[in-house]
Amino acid sequence: MKFMSTTALAMLATFGLATAASAEIKLGASLSATGPAAFLGDPEAKTIEMLIDDLNAKGGINGEKIDLTLYDDGGDPNKARTFATRLIEDDEVVAIIGGTTTGTSMSILSVAEDEGIPFISLAGAIQIIDPVKDYVFKTPHTDRMACEKIFDNMKKNGITRIGMISGTDGFGASMEAQCKEVAGSYDIEIIADEIYGPSDADMTPQLTKIKNTEGVEAILNPGFGQGPAIVTRNASQLGIELPLYQSHGVASDSFIELVGPEASEGVRLPGTALLIADILPEDDIQRDVVMAYKTAYEDKYDQNVSTFGGYANDAFLLMVNAMEQAGGEDPDAIREALEATDGLVGTTGVYTMGPDNHLGLDLSAFRMLEIENGGWKSIN
Amino acid sequence: MTAHSKWIQIAIVAALVAVLPFFFPSGYYYRVGALIFVNALSVIGLVILIGYAGQISLGHAGFAGIGAYSCALAPEYLGLHPALAAVLGAVISAGVAALIGRPILKLKGYYLAVATLGFGILVSLVLTNERQLTGGPDGMAVPELGLRDLLRDMGWRLSGGEFWYAICGIVLVVGVWIALNLAASPTGRAMRALHGSEVAARTVGIDVARVKLQAFMISAVYASVAGSLLALQNRFITPDVAGFMHSIEMVSMAVLGGVGSILGAMLGAAILTLLPQVLTVFAEYEQLVLGAIMISVMIFLPRGLLPSIAAKLKGRDE
Repeated sequence: MKFMSTTALAMLATFGLATAASAEIKLGASLSATGPAAFLGDPEAKTIEMLIDDLNAKGGINGEKIDLTLYDDGGDPNKARTFATRLIEDDEVVAIIGGTTTGTSMSILSVAEDEGIPFISLAGAIQIIDPVKDYVFKTPHTDRMACEKIFDNMKKNGITRIGMISGTDGFGASMEAQCKEVAGSYDIEIIADEIYGPSDADMTPQLTKIKNTEGVEAILNPGFGQGPAIVTRNASQLGIELPLYQSHGVASDSFIELVGPEASEGVRLPGTALLIADILPEDDIQRDVVMAYKTAYEDKYDQNVSTFGGYANDAFLLMVNAMEQAGGEDPDAIREALEATDGLVGTTGVYTMGPDNHLGLDLSAFRMLEIENGGWKSIN
Repeated sequence: MTAHSKWIQIAIVAALVAVLPFFFPSGYYYRVGALIFVNALSVIGLVILIGYAGQISLGHAGFAGIGAYSCALAPEYLGLHPALAAVLGAVISAGVAALIGRPILKLKGYYLAVATLGFGILVSLVLTNERQLTGGPDGMAVPELGLRDLLRDMGWRLSGGEFWYAICGIVLVVGVWIALNLAASPTGRAMRALHGSEVAARTVGIDVARVKLQAFMISAVYASVAGSLLALQNRFITPDVAGFMHSIEMVSMAVLGGVGSILGAMLGAAILTLLPQVLTVFAEYEQLVLGAIMISVMIFLPRGLLPSIAAKLKGRDE
């Protein structure tokens, strides 16, 4: 009996959290604002909160305010699934933004798909939208697109034989696999192939091996976090003159700070317009959207914008646009409207969705960038 | 333990599982309930190992990982039905436990803790790094069990949440029944004798190595089944399930509720599963609150919540 009453008490405590009903549009989010993926989830959560406040201050969507329920899943897929269930069953949201990582997104999407609630993921992996699932969309470009953009640039520069050095973390592993799949169609041959662990502190042996491989014309480093910074520094220390291509995973100012301006000189990577907001030409289609987001975010949080916050910004723009089109809060109407998105300009690119395309970006979403004097230069 | 008290405990658990849904305001509570049952199941395994036999394991999430990934891998590569895959996972877990248990159960105290810790980390590393097989850190999909569709065809419409609440509840009741039976059996008594004093146990003719190994294997099967249930209901699995933090979480639940008591273990599982859900409002302080609770329980209720409180209520001094 004692056990029973204690459990009943614990259960009652959760009942107490049930939210009051109102006429607002209910939007849900499950992001990894803490935990190992916090550097992605934190700017995403801040972005969504900022945008909702702005929108509600301006009067909301068609006069209705948005009521956001945001949970922090800490990067744990199991928790993310529980929160997705909670958002749909208990908080009765009409749509979900979230899934900071591939794992959390995959957990949320099966709940959203089962219950028929539109869901926009902020994670990179292609399997989130391939095969296409009715209610699942995403805003970040895929790793495959990053590979294609890089190979496209290599081809323009006459590079055909490359060495790869990849991180074994989730991002690096996924991108490595995608790059190997598409290399053939750009006539790129991978003649040296090395890996490193997420916490390795020195990649000199792997780089030396690549350097000593006959005929290597460039080095590609799919990876995330500090691994690519170490690779870049080691390459500079070893005096490797070959062009070094990094991934969109390190497309941020903090990468240059981490590596130092000298060692990072000449590194090329695919990034978004957000990264080069200050040097975008006046007539660039994304300029207004990018500047609006960058200014608002940096004013409010006194922190540099990141590509990841940009993904959340785009997801929010897509969702608001769809809700306006759908003229209400019917999940199916919102889904239809999301799928019909045509030419919506975001910070990551211009989105045009369709029944067989729930990402809606093409290669033009990426800008090929080169680091010059500790800053970014567009080399499209 | 008398037969009388055994049936009372089973009846309490079964009644709780059956009655709680009447108080559920939405489908979300079925999900939380199912999670509590899954965690309780793996914690009961630890009660057998830690509470009965007095051995420690900081790597039990490794077995949960084996159970979970069996349900993802066996259907994909061997074409096995997911339910059979869960059974296969339990068999593999028992086998692995037998294999590694023999050498490492010779160790005591900290050394045993570190050895089991190493095992857990090994499993998690394999799952993370064998990415052509397991999908690496991004995880992999788990096929649908198919039983819910079968029930629907028979005219029994259950939502996903209700279905998994029922399945996990039934498995939990069976798990409690087996654990309580074990406690009352000669093997269970041998385990507790071993817990009291290894030397004394050996003196009265107990095969200490064998009994330790049995406890280790049984608890591994509990963790494996819990992992399988989690994988099947989430339909997606990442190496997190085998991670170090998950092992620690299991031991925390067991210690919090009372490591010698089945009902206490379930209480610990319930509290530590519910807490993050209750604390969403101040998510930043979640770890702080958890830590404070653990430390207070260790200081003020060293035998764990349920046994300590029960003893206090009976008026016995600790």
